[in-house]
Amino acid sequence: MTTVTLAKALNAGLRKAMEDDPKVLIMGEDVGKLGGVFRITDGLQKDFGEDRVIDSPLAESGILGTAVGLAIRGYRPVCEIQFDGFVYPAYDQIVSQVAKFCFRTRGKVPMPIVVRIPFGGGIGAVEHHSESPEAQFAHTPGLKVVACSNPVDGYWMIQQAIAADDPVIFLEPKRQYHADKAELDEQATPQPLFTSRVVRPGADATLLAYGPMVKTALKAAGAAEGEGRSVEVIDLRTLSPLDLGPVYDSVRRTGRVVITHEAHVNLGLGAEVAARITEECFYSLEAPVLRVGGFDTPYPPSRIEEDYLPDLDRVLDAVDRTFEF
Amino acid sequence: MTTSDFGPDLVEVFGPSQSDGGPELVQLLTPEGERVHRAEFDQDFSADQLRGFYRDMVLTRRIDTESTALQRHGELGIWAQLLGQEAAQVGSGRALRPQDYAFPTYREHGVAWCRGLDPLRLLGLFRGIDQGDWDPREHNFGNYTIVIGAQTLHATGYAMGVQRDGAVGTGDPERDAAVIAYFGDGASSQGDVNEAFIFAASYNAPVVFFCQNNQWAISEPIERQTRIPLYQRALGFGFPGVRVDGNDVLATYAVTQAALQRAREGSGPTLVEAYTYRMGAHTTTDDPTRYRLSDDVETWKLKDPIARVEVYLKRNGLADEDFFEAIRAEADELGVRLREGCRTLPDPNPLSIFDHVYAENTPELERQRDGYAAYLDTFDTEAAR
Repeated sequence: MTTVTLAKALNAGLRKAMEDDPKVLIMGEDVGKLGGVFRITDGLQKDFGEDRVIDSPLAESGILGTAVGLAIRGYRPVCEIQFDGFVYPAYDQIVSQVAKFCFRTRGKVPMPIVVRIPFGGGIGAVEHHSESPEAQFAHTPGLKVVACSNPVDGYWMIQQAIAADDPVIFLEPKRQYHADKAELDEQATPQPLFTSRVVRPGADATLLAYGPMVKTALKAAGAAEGEGRSVEVIDLRTLSPLDLGPVYDSVRRTGRVVITHEAHVNLGLGAEVAARITEECFYSLEAPVLRVGGFDTPYPPSRIEEDYLPDLDRVLDAVDRTFEF
Repeated sequence: MTTSDFGPDLVEVFGPSQSDGGPELVQLLTPEGERVHRAEFDQDFSADQLRGFYRDMVLTRRIDTESTALQRHGELGIWAQLLGQEAAQVGSGRALRPQDYAFPTYREHGVAWCRGLDPLRLLGLFRGIDQGDWDPREHNFGNYTIVIGAQTLHATGYAMGVQRDGAVGTGDPERDAAVIAYFGDGASSQGDVNEAFIFAASYNAPVVFFCQNNQWAISEPIERQTRIPLYQRALGFGFPGVRVDGNDVLATYAVTQAALQRAREGSGPTLVEAYTYRMGAHTTTDDPTRYRLSDDVETWKLKDPIARVEVYLKRNGLADEDFFEAIRAEADELGVRLREGCRTLPDPNPLSIFDHVYAENTPELERQRDGYAAYLDTFDTEAAR
């Protein structure tokens, strides 16, 4: 049992995956000696060598394109995209090649590639360093998309994503990297990767979140309790495929649901989740499914990013509004 | 080009740009069928080898013309023609060893032939019954790639894998492997191709970049893509480039073989520019009369890749009329097999849409498949009434 940050947990998970399977490679910009700009790959090149922890030229399409070739040769590349806003040069390789190879070849050439993307805002960064592009990838058949929210999940989910035979977009909430510590039991049996989880039980309303917003949602539920409302919080964890069974169970009990994410609300994950809840739980709903997210604007300058990001008060306000119907 | 204040000009560094192929063009067999010599690439070709090249090119051309006809008959939705590029593809394809690996575009029917892929397998993609789903491991021949240039990065990554598997520079001819990436003159403008050059150079990857410069990217001439001969770009990336007569199967074979051997030995990437011409349209949907002169086509007809080998074989008594007759018969047989085979290729089951989206399927897709199957069943019920 050790106490670790998300950054340390991911590092330990990557190390374990590399120990378990010699075909696992890490590729990306500055992932070698520097250990990545967030130090997630710290020390791995020293221990596994330059052939397995590969500092790449500064070209994201090149990273993903060569990862495809390595996967065809039988390797399991784990690609680090330095920041969310820099994934777009690799978008074509991800969407047109990584996502489609298995389908195109009728399963003969799977793409066991993990694309790690530090995502989300709240770190006072310049433009392109605070984005939440998950919907772009969740909309793409052939990709799986997951988001971890805490150190324990980070440790297990990265190993499970690497072991999966499908390409996984692995979203890491960068503002949580060094924020909180948690106790990690490396002998525990992890929850399956593509499943959601109730992280705080409740009876009056259901609050859905993933990645960096799970912490905010838990705080909101705590504050609501002070006001006499019992809010159930579910960490979606997997964004594609969605695992909404626990969500439907919850909504059938509470009748009220709010989903929150940092990404823009328009055509975001919340829209899909709301549509499915409406299809599955129509007669249980006491109020429309409400969404709380980033505004439909580009990510703003950091001095006003707190106005863009959904916070405890905006989430609570939405929970309150579900009781007004 | 005038001298600028910023350093030497293009002519000073690269010499005059040669739109006709130029003096750098490596050639071993002239369009007239005359054997010429080029010390660094020369080799002796056996009569068997020469007859083999001829047979490969004739059959490749037959695959192409037959498939074009199948498109005209409505049996294929589209066909990407290779007419004129037979030598570039057969010369390079025959230079590969079994352990080497080729990453094609969607036009490498001649390379596919050399690798041993049944040409009927190529037609599925163009007929719309599959997306080119052959197992690339069977012949070390990758799946056709339609996004221009994307496969050059795949080839480079695969070559990085070859390095990691210790299959470079061991000196064992059965083990050392090279990778060849096919692309065209249009693709040379793509970011992915330039990134592939950079990654391959940086890691010294065992990959040959084989550019068939057929002078046209649909309607855009080579001048729209480059101001210098393409092979000269390699120098800027830090590896050698060579321009070969892509209509000369002997030169293409020799140059590709040398480049592949460099790669296998661990000396890194090479750019081979096979200088050729797209005699047909870009695909069967294209109309080249809108953008190019028939004069050009006529000029290139005189450089036909098959005719020069035929002349050479006949003039030197390396093949008799029986040989040519046998090849004609074999081509006819192949044509019949393609025509009949194509027409009987089965349409896929509609529910196969839901297969292989993932290695491990998702509950949501299973739900959608079951729903669509049930929906289809309602029609069967109505028909049965």
